[in-house]
Amino acid sequence: MSRRVGVYVCHCGSNIAGTIDCEAVARAVGERVADVAVSRDYKFMCSSLGQSMIQEDIEKEKLDRVVVAACSPHLHEKTFRRACSNAGLNPYLMQMVNVREHISWVTKDQVEATRKATAMVTGAVERVKRQEALEPQYVPVNPATLVVGGGIAGLQTAIEIAEFGHPVYVVEREPSIGGHMAQFDKTFPTLDCSACILTPRMSEAGQHDCIHLLTWSELESVSGSVGNFKVRVRKKARYVNSEICTGCGVCEEKCPIKVVDDVFEAGLGIRKAIYMPFPQAVPKMPVIDTAHCIWFVRGKCRACEIFCPTKAIAFDQKDEIVELEVGNIVLATGYDLFDCRRLPQYGYGRLDNVFTSLEFERMCNAAGPTGGRIVLRDRETEPRSVAVIHCVGSRDKRTNEYCSATCCMAALKFGHLVRERIGAEVYSFYIDIRTFSKDYDEFYQRVMDEGVHFVRGRVAEVTDVPRSPAEEGKLVVQCEDTLLGVQRRIPVDMVILMGALEPRADARDLALEAGISCSMNGWFTERHPKLDPVATMTDGVFLAGACQGPKDIPSSVAQGAAAAARILGMITRGRVEIEPVVATIDEERCSGCRICNALCPFHAIEFDEARHVSHVQASLCKGCGTCVAACPAQVIRGAHFMNEQIFAEIEGLLADAWSDVSEPVAAFAAGGVDD
Amino acid sequence: MTDLEFQPKIIGFLCNWCSYRAADLAGSTRTRYAPNVRYVRVMCSGRVDPAFVMKALSLGADGVLVAGCHPGECHYLEQNYKTMRRMTMLQHTLRQLGVEEGRVRLVWASAAEGHRLAKAIDEMVDRIRSLGPLRWPAGWQERPEVLAAIERVASEHASAAQEVAT
Ligand SMILES: Cc1cc2nc3c(=O)[nH]c(=O)nc-3n(C[C@H](O)[C@H](O)[C@H](O)COP(=O)(O)OP(=O)(O)OC[C@H]3O[C@@H](n4cnc5c(N)ncnc54)[C@H](O)[C@@H]3O)c2cc1C
Ligand code: SF4
Ligand code: SF4
Ligand code: FES
Repeated sequence: MSRRVGVYVCHCGSNIAGTIDCEAVARAVGERVADVAVSRDYKFMCSSLGQSMIQEDIEKEKLDRVVVAACSPHLHEKTFRRACSNAGLNPYLMQMVNVREHISWVTKDQVEATRKATAMVTGAVERVKRQEALEPQYVPVNPATLVVGGGIAGLQTAIEIAEFGHPVYVVEREPSIGGHMAQFDKTFPTLDCSACILTPRMSEAGQHDCIHLLTWSELESVSGSVGNFKVRVRKKARYVNSEICTGCGVCEEKCPIKVVDDVFEAGLGIRKAIYMPFPQAVPKMPVIDTAHCIWFVRGKCRACEIFCPTKAIAFDQKDEIVELEVGNIVLATGYDLFDCRRLPQYGYGRLDNVFTSLEFERMCNAAGPTGGRIVLRDRETEPRSVAVIHCVGSRDKRTNEYCSATCCMAALKFGHLVRERIGAEVYSFYIDIRTFSKDYDEFYQRVMDEGVHFVRGRVAEVTDVPRSPAEEGKLVVQCEDTLLGVQRRIPVDMVILMGALEPRADARDLALEAGISCSMNGWFTERHPKLDPVATMTDGVFLAGACQGPKDIPSSVAQGAAAAARILGMITRGRVEIEPVVATIDEERCSGCRICNALCPFHAIEFDEARHVSHVQASLCKGCGTCVAACPAQVIRGAHFMNEQIFAEIEGLLADAWSDVSEPVAAFAAGGVDD
Repeated sequence: MTDLEFQPKIIGFLCNWCSYRAADLAGSTRTRYAPNVRYVRVMCSGRVDPAFVMKALSLGADGVLVAGCHPGECHYLEQNYKTMRRMTMLQHTLRQLGVEEGRVRLVWASAAEGHRLAKAIDEMVDRIRSLGPLRWPAGWQERPEVLAAIERVASEHASAAQEVAT
């Protein structure tokens, strides 16, 4: 078997060439590895010039295999596969070597980096020679979409897809859609009323023929893959018959049990045991909280049932499992607010008049627990001075090192609201003010003009122990003012903690179920941080909103819309390409031992009793290769990862260890590269 | 200096979904680590046939790294548990062949753990450097006790898989 392999070593500007002697690698491989017909290095292989270089060589040099040593295949494998297939070469006859992420960016020693690159390119050449042409496989795309999370991001995705007439299922675990935005009064930087812009979207989603809301529901499991996912959703019992409930609210009025609402009211307000989280809830229908309802706890009451005019209360309702088939999945589960009790020096939970940002949002909201009045915990006294502490649980090694991106702006919004509504003094304690988006810095200027005092420095503590008569009965904020270079103690009546945005407590479980990964901090990982912040490494699973990282409403909406556009594209095309990497059993040689049968978690291997052989159903196989490695008869062939390919790759990788060519890079290691 | 110091040659199998991306992340965050591991990408750590490890050692590798997703996080649900078993059996065989502990390692690294992978590699290189070159005996294919030990991997593996099946 003689091949004509083309080898291309990319400089990636100086990203690769700064550490690896690309020319030497190309030369060493070209001279010493059998069957290499051309071996070149070039500044930017992914540029159109780089790609046409490969294409011209395929045609002129009659190449039948190609190796590209450049960046991660997760970034550019598609690019180079396409380049090959445009020149008539089967795309699976191209192999990439990741010399950037895996070598030049992680290695100091240039000689060693060049040696490793030479070995890995040699491995790839040996492998590619044995690679087989594969035909791309296509599967149909189910036009239905699942959106997990009904906050502003998820709703944007749902509405945009539904507008084109395709079904969307929105799974929301709270009784109503809306997410955090429903809790706010005003939104920065425009200060438009949050409800005025959100509630129309919520009712649009609620009324849309193509949108199916599954509220008070959770995702149970996901199986299948892009184009054809099967999902199971648990619709928790509401104990209210949705067919006949009119949402009149009489039940809530009559229910005798009051419960502190930790979710929607952020702990500042109360609700009943049967409740709708807020008046504009969609769907407009209550749920019974069985942990507090006295019928569920003690078997008494049923007041709601007695008073409900439509007899909609259904105490015997059970959880229901709904099975859905969808082509794509969008995760839009947002964030949790940092638990401010984790920083006891700020006194939350111990000092009455320390509030969290979400409590303050609810306080400002005209429909909230205080009717929009800014008051102390006693619900009467207006504060005469307010401290707003930035970065609580952000940019802090002890909690989260990242910046929560939205808190500076929300803090400025609070400064404005306090000045406007009660004219109290406001002290904003910040490390840096981050107002990076359109019209944000202008808003900062405006709030400064409104007389908010800015103090730069991380607050050390909030205390109610006075050191002077002026501090009597006050909360004292102690901080080093890093601009003045002095310690300051500022007495105030109210403190607001700008808690960090954190990944949802159960984000990792959801990621696992959906087959995607999380960053170290716990945010869902996008396919590429710059070039593809919407997709994930798992085809057919997309991200929208703050579940991918802290972000404001405009960016959440933009990402939600982007996810919709991607999915609409797939629905329009009607089919999606999947990797033809599957296992096949050579039935002639299968001994029928059945060892492989139980190894496949996707039940792709079936046993043909009559012929006493095993058989892989290609449509179920996901190509992990575990059965291939296990077959004692070695008769399972793992496409694109065949034994002979991997053995050849290992041989190539170790060519400098076993062959006569003991040191492929020795020729230039002595002089070529400066150390 | 590179000429004098022993530079172990290590083959590293990375699963496509977690550990390959961990290595990508180590790159994008410019985490420096030892250059001694040469990578082979496989879709899942479950694809790593013990024969790959033997092959690498027999061709002059001083060590082999197998990296995958954390238990419970395999992209193919549970295949890395199978890897774990296989590797345990393989370690057993390697001991019988006189290959020191630490030359063949199984490491878990999620896509977010570039640092963890880099650190594991640095540790492994240090360990192997202290052990010295493996110099897998030439002509091992002719030595019956080696062949018998290799034979055992396959059959132990087969019977373990059978156990799972029944
Ligand atoms: C105090 C404060 C003030 C802010 N003020 C502003 C502002 O004025 N302007 C601005 O632009 N931004 C503001 N933000 C940021 C804003 O809250 C976010 O940008 C926005 O809420 C993100 O929307 P989302 O849909 O991604 O997430 P979310 O609003 O968090 O919505 C996610 C939804 O998913 C649901 N969910 C979660 N997990 C699951 C699950 N497993 N299954 C089913 N459903 C689930 C949740 O119940 C929720 O309904 C503020 C943030 C804070 C903390
Ligand atoms: S393990 Fe191999 S020989 Fe045994 S049933 Fe499966 S394919 Fe056939
Ligand atoms: S390769 Fe993996 S998914 Fe495919 S049949 Fe084998 S075990 Fe199942
Ligand atoms: S995919 Fe990583 S171990 Fe299976």
